[in-house]
Amino acid sequence: MKRLSLRGATRVWERNLWVYSKRWVYNILPNFFEPVFYLLGMGVGLGAYVAAGGQFEGGYTAFVAPGLVAASAMNGGIFETTYNVFVKLHFSKIYDAMVATPLSFEDVAAGEILWAVTRATLYGTAFLAITLFFGVPLTPRLLLALAALPLIGFCFAAIGTAFTSLIDSIDLYTYFWTLFVTPSFVFSGIFFPIEERFPPALITVAELTPLYNAVHMMRGIVRGEWEGVGLNALYLAAVGLALSFFAVRRLGRRFLA
Amino acid sequence: MSELVVQARGLTKSYGPLVAVDHVDLEVHPGEVFGMLGPNGAGKSTTMRMIYRVSALTSGSLRVFGLEAGRDDRAIKSQLGVVPQMDNLDEELSVLDNLLVYARFYGLDRALARKRALELLEFLELSARSKDRIRELSGGMKRRLTLARGLMNEPRLLILDEPTTGLDPQVRILLWDKLAELRGRGVTLLLSTHCMDEAERLCDRLMILDHGHVIAQGPPRELIANQVTPQVIEARLEGELEPLEKACADLGVELLPAVNRVSLFVQDGRQMLEELERRGLFLNGAYIRPGNLEDLFLKLTGRSLRQ
Ligand SMILES: Nc1ncnc2c1ncn2[C@@H]1O[C@H](COP(=O)(O)OP(=O)(O)OP(=O)(O)O)[C@@H](O)[C@H]1O
Ligand SMILES: [Mg+2]
Repeated sequence: MKRLSLRGATRVWERNLWVYSKRWVYNILPNFFEPVFYLLGMGVGLGAYVAAGGQFEGGYTAFVAPGLVAASAMNGGIFETTYNVFVKLHFSKIYDAMVATPLSFEDVAAGEILWAVTRATLYGTAFLAITLFFGVPLTPRLLLALAALPLIGFCFAAIGTAFTSLIDSIDLYTYFWTLFVTPSFVFSGIFFPIEERFPPALITVAELTPLYNAVHMMRGIVRGEWEGVGLNALYLAAVGLALSFFAVRRLGRRFLA
Repeated sequence: MSELVVQARGLTKSYGPLVAVDHVDLEVHPGEVFGMLGPNGAGKSTTMRMIYRVSALTSGSLRVFGLEAGRDDRAIKSQLGVVPQMDNLDEELSVLDNLLVYARFYGLDRALARKRALELLEFLELSARSKDRIRELSGGMKRRLTLARGLMNEPRLLILDEPTTGLDPQVRILLWDKLAELRGRGVTLLLSTHCMDEAERLCDRLMILDHGHVIAQGPPRELIANQVTPQVIEARLEGELEPLEKACADLGVELLPAVNRVSLFVQDGRQMLEELERRGLFLNGAYIRPGNLEDLFLKLTGRSLRQ
C-alpha cells in the first residue's frame, strides 16, 4: 500500500462530508429508522410477551437494544460501500475524475471506507442515544460502546467493498442482502441468545459471522459482561483489514486497466 | 532547449489479445498545441489515459515533465489538467462546488480555490450558472465546466480528449478562443479531435493514429503539402464515370469517386478543368479548393468504417 496517502484519503472523505452535509436529513432517516422500528416492534411490542417468561434480566428491550446498535452500525458501513460505491464506480464515474488528480486509487478507496466508518459511527451513536430511553442504563461503559462503533463500521465497510469488487451488475446485491445481511440480522443473537436455541454446529457457524461478533461485543460492553469481547474486537479488525486489502487490490486492478 | 513535456518511447497498451496502442513514439514540446487524430478505436484515448496516469503501460517508457511515469505519478498529476472524452462531473455537487471540491484534491487552500473557481467560471462564461446542479446544464456547459475544472490547478499541460465533440458552432468557437488564450499563456496542450478543421486551425503539430500505430506525424501544413496535392476539384457526377477515369489516368491525376460526386487531386485546378473541357468533359458544379487535412486523413486511413 505504498500508494496510499492519508491526506489523499482525507480529501475524498471531505468530498463525501460536503455532499452529505447538504442533505443529511433525507440521507440519515431511512437507515436510522429501520432499527428504531425493530426496537419498537420487537423490543417494546414482542418484548411484553417475552418478558412474561422472565428470562431477560433488565427486560427484553434492554437485551435487544445493544444488538440493534451494532446492526445500525452495520447498515451504515454496508450501505455506503455497496450501492453508493457501485454507482460512483460504474455510473457516475466520479472516481475516474478523482484519480486524474494527484489522488491515487488507494486514496480514493481508503477515503470511501473511512467515510463508511463515519456514517456507521453516526448511525450507531444516534441509535445508542435512543436506546437510553428503552432501558439501557447510562454508564461510563457507553464511551467504550461509542469507540466500538467505528470498528464495527470498518468491518462491514470492508465486507461491502469486497462484495462490490466482485460484481459487475448492481442486481447482484439482492443476493448479498437476502443471503448475507438478512440472515445475519436475524440469526446473530440480536433477538434471542442463539446459544440457547441453536444446535452446536449452527452455533459455531453463527459465531463465525461478523454480525454475531459485533452484537456480542456491543452487548458485552453495554452490560459489562466482558467475556469474549476482546476476541470479538480482534475478529472484526482482522476481517476488516483482510477484506479491505483484498477489495482495494481487486478494484484497483480492474479500475486502472 | 527546454525539457520535453511528454516523451514516450514504444508506448504500448494491450487489452488481452487486442493491442490498443502499439509502440507509439511521441514528443510534446513546451508551449505547443499537439493534436491526436485517428478513426474511432485508433487508440487516442488510451494513449492519453496512459499519459495522464490513470492507465498502466503494458510496455515502453514514458516521461511527463521529465518525471518517470509509474514512479512519480503524484507529481506528474499535480501539474496536469484533464478534460476526458466523457464528462465525469460530480452530479451530487453544484457547479461551483464541483470546482471547489476538485481543488481540494490538489490540496489547494479554500480561499485560493474560491478565487480561482470564480475566475474560471467567468473565463468560461458560466458565472450565471454557479449555483446550478450539474443535471441542469446543457452538454456545452458541462464541457466548459469540465475544462474549468481541468484548469483549477493551473496546469502546465492540459490534456483534452475530444473537447469539442457534440458542441454547437458558437461554443466550439468560444472553446477555440479559450484554448488559444491558454496557449498564449504558455500552457502546453495535447488534444484529440475528429474535427479536421479544428486540428488544422489549432495544432502546431499532430499525429495520426490508426489501429494503435502512428501513421503520420508533423506540422499539419507540412503533412498536407507532402502528401496531398495543392488543389482539389469537387464536382457532381451526372454522366458516366468511365471517360473521366480514363482522362485522369491519362493525365496522372488521382480521382476519388463517391456517390454522385467526384474529387480530383490536382496541382492546378483551373488548368485541369480547361484540359478536361478540351477533351469534351464538362464537370457540373465544379469548384476548386485547397487540399486539406481531411484529404490526408482519408488518404491514410481509408474510407471504410471501423468496427
Ligand atoms: N478498458 C478497456 N478494455 C478493453 N478494451 C479497451 C478498453 N479501453 C479501450 N479499449 C479498446 O482499445 C482500442 C482503442 O480505444 P480508444 O478508446 O483508445 O480509441 P479512440 O481512438 O479514443 O477512439 P474514439 O475516437 O472512438 O474515442 C479500442 O479497440 C477499444 O475497444
Ligand atoms: Mg477516445
